[in-house]
Order: sequence, then C-alpha cells, then structure tokens
Amino acid sequence: MRGYIWRRTLFAVVTVFLALTLNFVLFRVLPGDAATRLSRVPNASPEMVQALERQFGLDLPLWEQYVRYLQQLAHGNMGISFANRQPVVDNLLEAFGNTIPMVTTGVLMSIVLGTLIGVFSAVRRGTVGDHILTNTSVVFYAFSTQFLGIVLLILFAGILPSAGMSDPFAAILSPWEQFLDVARHMILPVVTLTLTLTAETVLIVRSAMLETLGEDYIFTARAKGLRRGRIIRSHAFRNASLPTVTQIALSLGSIVSGSILVEVIFSWPGVGRALYDAVLQRDFPMLQGGFLVITITVVLVNYIADLLYFRLDPRVSR
Amino acid sequence: MARALRSVPAILGCVTVAIFMLLAVCADVLSPYSTNEPSCGVYAPPSPQHPLGCDDGGIDVLSLVLIGGRISMIAGFSAAAIAVAVGTLVGIVAGYAGGWVDTFLMRITDYFIVIPQIVLMIVIAAVWGSSLVHVILVIGLLMWTSAARIVRAQVAALRQRAYVRRAEATGANAGHVVLHHVLPQLGPLLVATSVIAITVAIFNETALAFLGLSDPTAITWGTIMQHAFQRNAISTGAWWAIVPAGVAVAVLITGCYLMGNALEDALNPRLRSSHLALRSWRFRAPGPQSEQAAMSPREGTQS
Repeated sequence: MRGYIWRRTLFAVVTVFLALTLNFVLFRVLPGDAATRLSRVPNASPEMVQALERQFGLDLPLWEQYVRYLQQLAHGNMGISFANRQPVVDNLLEAFGNTIPMVTTGVLMSIVLGTLIGVFSAVRRGTVGDHILTNTSVVFYAFSTQFLGIVLLILFAGILPSAGMSDPFAAILSPWEQFLDVARHMILPVVTLTLTLTAETVLIVRSAMLETLGEDYIFTARAKGLRRGRIIRSHAFRNASLPTVTQIALSLGSIVSGSILVEVIFSWPGVGRALYDAVLQRDFPMLQGGFLVITITVVLVNYIADLLYFRLDPRVSR
Repeated sequence: MARALRSVPAILGCVTVAIFMLLAVCADVLSPYSTNEPSCGVYAPPSPQHPLGCDDGGIDVLSLVLIGGRISMIAGFSAAAIAVAVGTLVGIVAGYAGGWVDTFLMRITDYFIVIPQIVLMIVIAAVWGSSLVHVILVIGLLMWTSAARIVRAQVAALRQRAYVRRAEATGANAGHVVLHHVLPQLGPLLVATSVIAITVAIFNETALAFLGLSDPTAITWGTIMQHAFQRNAISTGAWWAIVPAGVAVAVLITGCYLMGNALEDALNPRLRSSHLALRSWRFRAPGPQSEQAAMSPREGTQS
C-alpha cells in the first residue's frame, strides 16, 4: 500500500518536473530566437538584441539558464506579461480564481448527471429510454464545444447574459446581488461545459456498467435473490465506478480544452481566455506560465484520482 | 463480428462517413460558387440562389463548407494516420520487447496521457507559427498515446499465443514475427482505433483553428467557424455563417463514432451479455430468459 502511494507520488513529481523542463525547452528550441521575441521587434538592431540577451541572461550556457529558470520559478517568478506588463503570476492567479467556480460547477454537474443517466441506461439496456438517452449523448458528444456554445449563444442571447462575468453597467451591488449577477452570467458557460462533459461521462459509465453487469457475480447476486436496487448499487456500480474514476481523471485534458473554448466564446475572464489572448498577442511569458499552471493542476488532480482509485480498490497496490 | 457490423447504427455510421468522403472528393464540382470571390451581399441570409447564405465577405457558405470539409478531413485523417502509426510502433516495440523497454516506453506514454494535450498543442502551435501542416503534425504527434496502449496490450497477449511462440522457436527473427504474425492480427483493432483517432483529430483541428492557430488562409470547418465568430456573425444574427460548419463536424463525428463503436463491440463481445437486462428482470422467477442470460456469458469470455 505504501509502495503504491509512493509510486504515484513519484510519478506526479516527475511529471511536474518533466512539464517544467518541456516548458523551458519549448520556448528555446522552436524557431525564432528568444531575444527578438522578447523585444517583439522582428528587425531589432544587433546592439539591442545583445543588450536584451544580457539583460535576460540569454547569453549564458543553456544549463545555467535552466538552473536560473528553476530558481526564478521557485520564487514564484514567471516573468512579466508582454501584454499588460503585469507579473504573469498575478495575471494567472486572478484568471484561476475566475475559472475554478465555473469549471467546478460544470464538472460536478456533469459527473452527477452523467453517472445517473449512464447507470439508468445500462440497467435498461435495449429499451426505448436507453436508446433515447444514449443517442442524445452521442449527438452531444459529437458537437464540438465551441459549436455547442455558439448554438446556446444564438438561442439565448438577450435572455441570458452572454459575455463576461458580471454586468459592467450595474450600480454598486450588495454582495448577494453581486453573487446573483455572477451566477446569471455563469449559466450559459456552465451549461455548455456540462452538456459536453455529461455526454462523455454517460457513454463511459454506461459501458463500464454493461461490462460489470455481464460478470458472474451479478448472476450469483441475482440467484441469491438480492433486490435489484441493492445489486445495482453495491455490486455493479461499486465495481463500475473504478474504470469511471480513471476515465474521468484521464478526460481532464478534455475538460481543460472544453473550458478554454467555453471561456473564449463567453468572454469568461479565466485561464482559458488568458491563454487565448496570449496566443493572439504572442505573449510568450503568459503562454509559458499558463501551460505550466494548467499542467500542474491536471497532474495534481490526476494524482488525487489515483489515490481515490486506491481507496475504492486496494487491489491496485499490488 | 459480422453481426455487429450489420447492425443499424453501424450501417448508418459507414454510410455517413462514405457520403462525407464522396462530398470531399467532389467538392470542386459540387460547390456552386467560388470561395475566392464574393458572389452575394455581406451576411446575406439563405436564399434559393444561396441555400446557406453568405459570410461577411459575401462568399457562399455552402461552397465554403464543401471545400472546407475536404481540408478538414484531410487534416483529420493525416493527423490520425500519424498518431496511429506512431502509437502502433511504440505499442509493438513495448509489447513485443517487454522488460525495461516496455516499462520505459509505457512511462513515457503515461506522461503524455497526463499532460493536458490541448494546452501543449496550443503552446507548440503558437510558438511554431500558424500553418496547417504544423497543426496536423502537432495533433498527430501528441495523440498517439491511446493507440500505443491498446496495441501494446494486444501484442503482449499475442506474444503468448502458441503459433507466435512456435515461430520464435523455429528461429524466426523478431522483425519477421512482428510483420507476419503479429501485425496481421492487429488489423481490426487498428481500424477501430483509427476511426476513433479521426474523430479526436478533427475535434482538435477545429479547436485549434477556432483559437486562431491554423493557417488563416486555409478553409477548414474550424477556420470557417473562427472567421464568422471573429467577425461578429452572432451579434449580426447571421447564424448561417457558423451553424452549417458546426453541423457538418457533428454529423461526421457521429458517423465515425457509430462506426468505431460497432467495431469495438465486434472486438469485445463481453458487452453483449448483461445479467441485469430488463427482460430478465421483468420475470423474477427463473424462466427461459434467465437461462439465456446464464448461457450468454460463456460465449463472451473466450476473448
């Protein structure tokens, strides 16, 4: 058991380290040299390039640059954004604060809804209800996130707020009214995210459930005359939840991509939107920081899922 | 296997994909107007002459979607081909060699699975420069992980089979065994994996294009949507500039999904039996149905 947890911890740490290195390498290996990018002048004079290189330590050997980069990160320094001249860390912290409530709501709703629908259609496999639910899920699964968001935008523009996180023209509000305002702005992005993620979860849960329902111990449980609800809950679902947890953890990458597109469409001032703006403005320090923070978050959540998996099924430690 | 492929969803999926491929091949002939010159008013609504209306440059949307579909599909198919090729190579080497080679390659695969690929794709595409070829390469080279895992599992299992062992015992070298005994067995599995890979690749292409990371001059479903979204098609009420491209993606993905699913069902017969199937629940007392249920798992376990 100890061994398993240690292995997962080691894996998480190494992954974070790999991401740090990848982040360093990417912005140095790919075409265009760093100095011209820093100055953002394609035809900078040689003196200017040299001065910049010295200023940012780009004239040092690569390994020394790497050590410096790690030292800077350890001090929480990710550089200054080209776009707004603020420290990247501050930009990212603010963006994260806006992303977390939106994405968490969407993810939780999709897990609850997806599990309920998935179990229901697996148990009633082959019925009209199952067909309707599964086919609806396939259709939503096939909608690209940006398209689903745009459709909702077209349908609900004017009825629900469609951009931003709060109403910029509202008079100073009480905290409760402020909360309601943000909640209203959150509806469309959260619904978009929930619909795309739910569809995926339904399909995962349904096939995991179908697989366990085919196992012999379900047959044994039935033969013992256990109640149906009991079999579904404590025999089938408990076992089906294992692949589900891993699958959901693995689909975190798609949650990230989904939230980037959602944030772009609904102008939600979160990490995804920040990343998008950084791409448009070729704001490399911001891009670098965004990649790092998102990667570390995903690795951490995966790590937590691994530990959860262990709680659900201690056999994995072997 | 044949039975699963003859089901209604499977046929529906195959027909959809076939129609899309046909449309892509004949796009030049079918598209009513040029995609380079304006042929109607700015954001002109759908009309008999322009069944899907026009975009902000006065270009016929139907022609755009037809031509764009070709490039989107070429991009999706080539990215998927790269991904499956790399994944198969990694999977075969890991599964066949075993030992530390296997461990090493699978650790690398694990890293790529955990790191959020779309963000990595965005970063690489942004640093590398916007071009369709870059987008295809970035998607293809980051998406190989699931193929690698699936192939590895299969190869590791195949290696234990008697005929592979026999071939090894007669002194055949690894290359020969892989080419003549392992690879042919992977065929159906690779087809299923490729179909799924195509859906993911097309998804990623539209996402990257939508974020402005593809070649702005190339017409793909992703760039059509991005273009219209950027030029305020929504606030002008010109839904026809965005919706057709989105619907095209959705229909093609549904087709691929149904096809891939049918293939997976055919490869994984376990799913065919359920001891909780509603029919057997309705008759609590043991009857012919539950006997059937008791019979069915046996046909599935031989996989």
